[in-house]
Amino acid sequence: MSERYIARSTAIAARLLGGEMMVMSAVDSTFFTLNEVATAIWRAADGYTPLSEIVARSVCSEFDVEPEVARRDAEQFVDELSRHGILLVSDHPLNNPSSGLVESA
Amino acid sequence: MSLMQEMNERAAELGVPMGVHLDITYRCNERCVHCYLDHDDHGEMTTAEIKDVLDQLAEAGTFFLTLSGGEVLMRRDFFEILEHARRLLFNVRVKTNGVMIRTQEAQRLRELGVEQIQISIYSHRPEVHDAITKLPGSLKRSVAAIRFLKSQGLKVTIANVLMTANMRDHAGVQALARELGVTYTLDPTITPKMDGDTSVLRLRIPGSELNAVFHNKDLVGNVEEFCAPPPPPGEDVMEGYPCSAGHTAAYITPYGDVFPCVQFPLPSGNVRRQKFMDIWRDSPELNEVRSIRAKDLPVCSTCRHVGTCTRCPGLAYMEGNMRGPSTADCETSFHRTGILTANMLRKARSNAPGPLVQIRLLAV
Repeated sequence: MSERYIARSTAIAARLLGGEMMVMSAVDSTFFTLNEVATAIWRAADGYTPLSEIVARSVCSEFDVEPEVARRDAEQFVDELSRHGILLVSDHPLNNPSSGLVESA
Repeated sequence: MSLMQEMNERAAELGVPMGVHLDITYRCNERCVHCYLDHDDHGEMTTAEIKDVLDQLAEAGTFFLTLSGGEVLMRRDFFEILEHARRLLFNVRVKTNGVMIRTQEAQRLRELGVEQIQISIYSHRPEVHDAITKLPGSLKRSVAAIRFLKSQGLKVTIANVLMTANMRDHAGVQALARELGVTYTLDPTITPKMDGDTSVLRLRIPGSELNAVFHNKDLVGNVEEFCAPPPPPGEDVMEGYPCSAGHTAAYITPYGDVFPCVQFPLPSGNVRRQKFMDIWRDSPELNEVRSIRAKDLPVCSTCRHVGTCTRCPGLAYMEGNMRGPSTADCETSFHRTGILTANMLRKARSNAPGPLVQIRLLAV
């Protein structure tokens, strides 16, 4: 399977509330909340770190989860958010459109 | 419960100001007859001050940011402010009259990822709309702006404030919204001016028109459901708070004053003198607003409508008591359901003349 690279879209709003990331698409107003694991992937979506490395570094090493389960769940999460234009996905590194964006709190 | 309601509840529990309305200027190129603002500039916050406030709001956890005025585009730094807000990942909604929006502005709003733009349209007839805004040609320009925004794929809402001058034009505005492919909202509430001047209230539509609006299926959907008598209030209603003002929502003026809501001008602090979060957490005024439950409202807690009324604590405050009734909302509840409110009954009793025949028992 080829590597996938993920980056956050600029057409979103995001804020951390009580440990969960709220994300809303400015394109279709879809609203999501991301749990702790999804938030970790979201934060690591810098456009140039391969998804497999994000899963290994930000998920498997931080949360008690089998690598295969983590990879499958991460793939599903990425597919779901990319369908709404919230994450950009490519098979080659992306110029990170979200660099410099700050989701405080 | 929707995910959004769930997050709002969590924000209330955590004391997070989830939604902030920031007016960046009170200056305006229109002079709407019903407007509650003074349009002179009394020392607006600078670009740097506003950016600092935005930084503080992001830190405080604010997600929804409404940028409004006045007319936001009267500020030359509007796009700089907007760009900063979007860099901080706020969900930004912009309220504007649109008369300064052309292709270039619409394009910029889209590039910056504004979620929604609200434009006030009072009538589909230029002579009515322009007489309200006192700006000749304003309807034409606002409608053109909507088309520019739509062509960029932006979400636009037409806000139709109803008053005596346009009270029969809502169907025309609704048809215009349909033609333009935008959302339509109607608001029959005229609010007193920020300085307490109530002269604009004479523009409020009469009760008979309010009644017609609430019984119009094109406006309210299911009339039977919308106008249903209120169910008896449960304990949850009496322990509940009236609205998000001061709980998860705040308003900031162009001068840095913090209020619980744009319609609730209770001075609670100023971001030029204090950090926003210090005001939000520690202001005695905001804490007082937060402490009020439905059971604490001397008149409204005895009212049949207490669980369904749209009672605005800000309008009540402008009538003299934030725990008191808001007459406009009493009217709304009455004309929606046909059932008198406790406030109306109380007033009727106090205004009633004495009985024609009076019997007094003389002590012997």
